[in-house]
Amino acid sequence: MINAITHSQVYVLDQDEAVDFYVGKLGLEVTADADLGFMRWLTVSIPGHPERQILLEKPGAPAMSEETAQQVRELLTKGATGGSLIFSTDDCRKTYETLLGRGVEFTEEPTDRPYGTDCALRDPFGNAIRITQPKA
Amino acid sequence: MPTGRAELVEYRGDVTVDRAHRNHQLAGVVGRAAEQTNRRMLRARDAMDRAYAQPLDVPALARIAHVSEAHFSRIFRATFGETPHRYLQRRRVERAMFLLRETGLSATDICFKVGFESPGTFSRTFRDIVGRSPRAYRKEAVATDVPTCFTMAWMRPSA
Repeated sequence: MINAITHSQVYVLDQDEAVDFYVGKLGLEVTADADLGFMRWLTVSIPGHPERQILLEKPGAPAMSEETAQQVRELLTKGATGGSLIFSTDDCRKTYETLLGRGVEFTEEPTDRPYGTDCALRDPFGNAIRITQPKA
Repeated sequence: MPTGRAELVEYRGDVTVDRAHRNHQLAGVVGRAAEQTNRRMLRARDAMDRAYAQPLDVPALARIAHVSEAHFSRIFRATFGETPHRYLQRRRVERAMFLLRETGLSATDICFKVGFESPGTFSRTFRDIVGRSPRAYRKEAVATDVPTCFTMAWMRPSA
């Protein structure tokens, strides 16, 4: 039967800007970056963990019409495409301070929750990101 | 050598292509402006979600969104389908629901903690929106153990 999640996808407005953010700020690494002609296949993952990749996909032709791509971009920037990533960390507060120092804008400061301690931010395009330190 | 007629057709063709191209470019510019406005309004909405217990500060939110104070509410409504005031009121009710479910704090403490100015306003607003008193909600509520961004997005009452 199915035994792993290998790829998840979020839409981005600009793939270079996405690399700057996901790699330059969050500290992920580029796992694949290939110009397939019809699309740029760009994935990132936790360093050393290529078994779980996030596809940073730019909406556009030929996958969808320019009109549809525009609708996707408008929903994305409203935070309404559903793009959502949850990462885990051993130390939420320390990670928060590190990322704050790199200029990441947070939407929630580290807070204790029933399931652990976590904080939240958005990527430059509108996708929601959470960083959770699970309860020990 | 093309006939006059063929030239005319070609010429018309060029005009059509040219116009389509211009319209496409124009749509692109309009689209990008909308995306930029949306993203800035989302940033302002995130700021409301972060500081929900504080009074609605339209000048500060307008600065975050790079729009004038006079236009902020209208653009917010056009973007998210409700006024900033209504959005914030329901965020406060959602956070109150969360505290009623997950903590043992008194309703009065919760009222002030989420930004209402009096227990009377809190009870009335809560009942109007949720259809039950805070006390009744607390008795019937079931704890939800999902990441907070989903709780906040899905449990904020829309009615």
